[in-house]
Amino acid sequence: MDNASLARQKRLGQVASYAGLGLVVLVIGMPMFWMLSSSLKTLQEIYTFPPQWIPTNPQWSNYREAWNTVPFGRFYINSIIITVFGAGLQIICGTLCAYAFAFLKFPGKNWLFLLVLAALMVPGEVVILPNFLFFGNTVRDWFGLEGNWINTYQAVVLPGAATAFGTFLMRQGFMGLPRDVLDAAKVDGAGHLRTMFGIVLPMAKPIVITFALISIVNKWNDYLWPLIITRTVEMRPITVGVRLLYDAEGNNNWGVIMAGTTFVVLPLIIVYIFAQRFIIDGLTAGATKG
Amino acid sequence: MASTDGTLGNSSYRGERVEAVSRSWRDRMASKEWVLFLLFVAPNFLFLFLFTYWPLWENIRLSVQKTDLLAFTGSNEFVGLENYEYIFNNRTFRLVLRNTGIFLVACVGLTMVCGLLVALLLNQKLRGRTAVRAVVFAPFLLSGAAIGIVWAYIFDPRFGLLVQILDWFSIPSPHWLDRPEWALPAVIIVYVWKNLGFASVIFLAGLQAIPQDLYDAAKIDGANAWWRFKSVTIPMLSPISFFLFITSILATFQAFDIIQVMTDGGPAYGSTTLVYYVYQQGFGQGANFGRSAAAAIVLFSAMLIVTFVQMRFTEKKVHYDG
Repeated sequence: MDNASLARQKRLGQVASYAGLGLVVLVIGMPMFWMLSSSLKTLQEIYTFPPQWIPTNPQWSNYREAWNTVPFGRFYINSIIITVFGAGLQIICGTLCAYAFAFLKFPGKNWLFLLVLAALMVPGEVVILPNFLFFGNTVRDWFGLEGNWINTYQAVVLPGAATAFGTFLMRQGFMGLPRDVLDAAKVDGAGHLRTMFGIVLPMAKPIVITFALISIVNKWNDYLWPLIITRTVEMRPITVGVRLLYDAEGNNNWGVIMAGTTFVVLPLIIVYIFAQRFIIDGLTAGATKG
Repeated sequence: MASTDGTLGNSSYRGERVEAVSRSWRDRMASKEWVLFLLFVAPNFLFLFLFTYWPLWENIRLSVQKTDLLAFTGSNEFVGLENYEYIFNNRTFRLVLRNTGIFLVACVGLTMVCGLLVALLLNQKLRGRTAVRAVVFAPFLLSGAAIGIVWAYIFDPRFGLLVQILDWFSIPSPHWLDRPEWALPAVIIVYVWKNLGFASVIFLAGLQAIPQDLYDAAKIDGANAWWRFKSVTIPMLSPISFFLFITSILATFQAFDIIQVMTDGGPAYGSTTLVYYVYQQGFGQGANFGRSAAAAIVLFSAMLIVTFVQMRFTEKKVHYDG
């Protein structure tokens, strides 16, 4: 093959690759674009054929209507409470446990670590029923309560407070820190609390932030457990709440429903725009090194 | 032990004392560290035991008890494997197992194949690929409940986007969510769309870790692009593919929100998977805790087997590496 035809082949391959990229963006991006565009459409524009890609007269009132049909303000508050406490507890439990397994001596430590990892095999979906019964019956006997804890924030948050994945991920990160810096701290006579807050956590910041972001995303998106354990509209998180809007609008008024789904995903899209690198890099590091 | 005591006995009186003092100091330091260890792991272990291990045991107990529908608990009446016998002899449950199988194979297979293709694209030196990576990964982070509703609109048989796109190609669109045979494929499409980005980002990391000189060597040997892909890329990617395969299976077993929002497991149980069955038997109409618990144990066992397979293979890999 001569040089000219080689170059032509290369160019052709490049054109094909760009076409491929375009197709990927189209397929993945279209549903998100469709959601945003439809959230601003009039009923008439929704029911036109062929489809109207961009609404001629953006209907911001769809957002107001969605907000007033179901209590989105309340859903936001609930989801924020659940996310802050849920992710906060996971981060505390995870970092403390990871530090202990990475740096503290204890007999039979490796067996205990296996016990943590074994929890990865028991996802929350498997134990929804006994956990529900725990908050429905057992807490009453344990704490001598009048009622139970069904439909309370603590019941939504507590079953997800521990983390096996986070312990594993952060222990891995802590153990990858340069040994000599830690030894220097020891020689200086720094106690473990000072070592943890002064040296380990600042140095392992990327991995801790990655886990924090993953935890926040998971708590915000959580669906099955809040669906079961919350019972009244005022206690529903936003993921369950948007389903109520969907049911209320009788899947006809798609403009308003799409405005509601935008309410749900908007905070995460904002987080993603700012923290994209942390999330992607952290997840891939966990996969390639773990 | 005996030999240590012997040496100690032979050493001088002063040496013994120094040894004893330093040992008790070390013991005290060690026990202080033990206490700190226990304090640090306590919160995580407390919640793990309360909400993971103990309920797993409770679940096994519930699955061998008769359900007391009035008290909404297990009735403490031991019935052996009756609940398991019931579900395995039940037509619906067999349909559920079939659905779960199809769902697993299709979701995991399609996500991995498409994810690899996208990763291969992103691995080329093309302009704008970082932006594309960001777009492709985004759906993975979005709420399944919200995504499910958006796709229910896209699948809408009258005004949905898909019916209109299929119309350009003169293909009549099936009534996706109203037909038992189309509901499961519809749900699979949404999960593949959502998880594709994760697979491709992981594959991309694997591709970028392959040393360039392997390709150069293959090139010198006269290997063409396809041959280089087959003899360098595929084998070098196999550990990360295996990781992705296992994590995808485990995640797919747990898939719930999109199914609940889009189809409610229907129509006619057409898209009910194992997790959905556990939920529906436990909290849906005609709830039966014993059967729900038994189905949950079936789900747990399936995931346990997958995890053991993973551990066996990873062990082997470690051995081969030396």
